[in-house]
Amino acid sequence: MLAKPAVIEANSLKKDLDGMSNPISRWLSSDVGYSFRNSKTAMVAAFIAFVFIFCAVFAKWVAPYNPFDAASLELMDSLLPPAWSADGSTKYLLGTDDQGRDILSALMYGTRISLVVGMASVMLSLVVGVSLGLIAGFRGGWLDAFLMRLCDVMLSFPAILVALLIAGVGRAVFPNADDSLAFGVLIISISLTGWVQYARTVRGTTLVERNKEYVQAARVTGVAPLRIMLRHVLPNVLGPVTVLATIQVASAIITEATLSFLGVGVPPTSPSLGTLIRIGNDFLFSGEWWITIFPGLTLVLIALSVNLLGDWLRDALNPRLR
Amino acid sequence: MLAFVVQRLIQAIMVMVSVAFIAFLLFQYVGDPVLFMLGQDATADQIAALRKDLGLDQPFIVQFGHFLLNAVQGEFGISLRQGAKVSQLIADRFPATLELAVIAAGMALLLGIPMGVYAALKRGTLSSQLLMTFSLLGVSLPTFLIGILLILFFAVLLGWLPSFGRGDVVKIGWWSTGLLTAKGWQHIVLPALTLTVFQLTLIMRLVRAEMLEVLRTDYIKFARARGLSNRAIHFGHALKNTLVPVMTITGLQLGGLIAFAIITETVFQWPGMGLLFIQAVTFADVPVMAAYLCLIALIFVVINLTVDLLYFAVDPRLRVGKAGGH
Repeated sequence: MLAKPAVIEANSLKKDLDGMSNPISRWLSSDVGYSFRNSKTAMVAAFIAFVFIFCAVFAKWVAPYNPFDAASLELMDSLLPPAWSADGSTKYLLGTDDQGRDILSALMYGTRISLVVGMASVMLSLVVGVSLGLIAGFRGGWLDAFLMRLCDVMLSFPAILVALLIAGVGRAVFPNADDSLAFGVLIISISLTGWVQYARTVRGTTLVERNKEYVQAARVTGVAPLRIMLRHVLPNVLGPVTVLATIQVASAIITEATLSFLGVGVPPTSPSLGTLIRIGNDFLFSGEWWITIFPGLTLVLIALSVNLLGDWLRDALNPRLR
Repeated sequence: MLAFVVQRLIQAIMVMVSVAFIAFLLFQYVGDPVLFMLGQDATADQIAALRKDLGLDQPFIVQFGHFLLNAVQGEFGISLRQGAKVSQLIADRFPATLELAVIAAGMALLLGIPMGVYAALKRGTLSSQLLMTFSLLGVSLPTFLIGILLILFFAVLLGWLPSFGRGDVVKIGWWSTGLLTAKGWQHIVLPALTLTVFQLTLIMRLVRAEMLEVLRTDYIKFARARGLSNRAIHFGHALKNTLVPVMTITGLQLGGLIAFAIITETVFQWPGMGLLFIQAVTFADVPVMAAYLCLIALIFVVINLTVDLLYFAVDPRLRVGKAGGH
């Protein structure tokens, strides 16, 4: 990263003096914000991710139709191609599926479910992984040895396989699970593979931080170990955790889509992107490519933009690269 | 050395026992085999008699012991859905998955290594940058989507290749192979390609990175000073030294191929173990699920153990220092 030009330094200082009013402008003038303003890739990726997240969150208002409202479905309009092809209708921009559902609307609702499952599993694995990593690094001893062995074992299996096996077993154990339980099993099965990364990263950083002077000082002044962990060590290990979490969101979304595609993911009543691809796959041979290709494209774009953001964040937060 | 081997062996056994325990729990808590065997209108006496016969009245730990003993002999009972012995079902499906995985691994190596070498030697040219872009795409596309795209292009739009099943198979003893018929080869192209994309890009990036690293070293400069031909330097000196990590990763990835085969087999309806497992999950077919769980864990444990030991044998630095990590 290039050194900051003095002009911008002065500008940001002036802005700071202007009264720290707007948090966005304050962020833009920070170090991370500076690197954001100078990375075209990051800005484009952030824009794409923002559009998808916006459409997903406000699907109820943004989507042209409600794909789950059976009353509004018109069977006459089923299997229409996208608007720009010869048989397409401008009523349905990206075409319709076999039940006359608008693909664009189904995409927005599907993205919402994919994002919710992805973020929930990342949150869960983050909390579990960071806590275990902190404890392992801070306490050491047999607990540390055991946890790290466990991580070794988990890492020797591909994440998707572990998630698939757990989701499959969960499905067999609760054959008549209602929706919320099915979501729970899915989120747990994805996060059970994710926590390892956090635990390893946090443990590594904690081992370094533990012996630094500020922690020693806190110890000497009699601060309780739990408080040292949470108030002193934790803030210093959050950088790599943020980067990891961003990248994990993408991989969690892909894992969820894969599981749903295989039929062991979200319940069919609330289709995610993977479910939409699964449904569309049956129509591939009769030439109705749009039912499966658009959800696939959405999935790739989300994963790619989140991954690019994660890459940028890793470089921006790494002080050695500045 | 010995301590390292023993430690790894103990770890492998622990993994196997815990996976077997999970499989055993499945049997305990999913469905009741007694009701399944006798039907709904069995009398209490009949049920009790059968429970005693099957050993279900014995303590938990004894039952688990029996389960382990049977599992070691490959005995997982009878599939609830297909009525055949699970060991037989798996043996029928195993060749399909292994052929797919081996062909995919072969393609990944045969294409990945030359592409990686090319990208390293011609760094900065348009073609090598194209290769790198392609590899980025290969890493970020989910496997099932690659399969769907390949089907769309090569099966639906162009109509060149079949996208469903194994084609004609020939039986050699109990092994059924699709590699002896033209139809079989046609059928394996798309699934193998799908399975190979991720591994291919991984190997390519790895070879490129290792090559670039090696090309910077002193002995390459020295080889140039000796006036050796580019060809001798690149392939005789540089490539040889990049192959150790490549072999290790490839070994580890073979397990990954078998895992990702679940996805590929579902997309292409390839009659392998992965498809068997997914169908078993859909119908809560516990014996098949349990057998697959144990088998996949065994494959992984064996591969990891072999790679660990191989690494130890190949890299002399590990033998001298502390034998931790890899």
